Amino acid sequence: MSAARAARRWYWQRVSAMAMALFVLTHLVVVTLAVRGGLSAAEILGRTRGSLAWMAFYGIFVALVAVHAAIGLRNVLDEWPPTRKAAGVLGLAAALLLLALGWRAVAAITWGG
Amino acid sequence: MRRNDVRARTHASWLAFAIHRISGLLLLAFLPVHFWTLGLALQGEAALDGALRWYEAPVFKFGEWALVLCLAVHLAGGLRLLWIEFAPWRGLRGRWIAAGTAASLAVSLLFVANMLG
Repeated sequence: MSAARAARRWYWQRVSAMAMALFVLTHLVVVTLAVRGGLSAAEILGRTRGSLAWMAFYGIFVALVAVHAAIGLRNVLDEWPPTRKAAGVLGLAAALLLLALGWRAVAAITWGG
Repeated sequence: MRRNDVRARTHASWLAFAIHRISGLLLLAFLPVHFWTLGLALQGEAALDGALRWYEAPVFKFGEWALVLCLAVHLAGGLRLLWIEFAPWRGLRGRWIAAGTAASLAVSLLFVANMLG
């Protein structure tokens, strides 16, 4: 049972990685272009506010990173005896924290305007 | 550390593993701060601008370069892993490590040039 769960975690980490490769590439291009001439709230919000496309992009990006990072953290904690017992709980906590904070941030920069 | 351990840990693929793990953990540690900063926009443009001005300090500029490098090497290392796991088997893709590291450094330096330019 636990081996099947581990296989499922492996699968979801790889699937989220494959999907995220495109998101990360896009993000690298956006930040490299956006940082020219300094960052300002007006510039960032001017791009994202009221944009359904950016809301969908960042909303999906956050969901993927929450899955991917939570499984990654769990794997790291699982390999170290002192944290092994807490690995599952801490991985789940990381996923929930990233989802909550991430979607809150997406709402903050895309709503209104 | 035993001699074989030292030998194993100077192998390029072990270094690739270590860099992938460390960059992943650093990105995970950074994300809550990143999300919290963007969330300031809920209180209005001025609140977000206040945080962005704070990040103008040199130490944060260095941090931003390090984060972009972490994101780029984690992407490059991840693509190599996916290639090893899902493409027909042909060794450890040592050249992927060199090419991925070089490409990541280049991307991060382009970011720095844009940030300071």
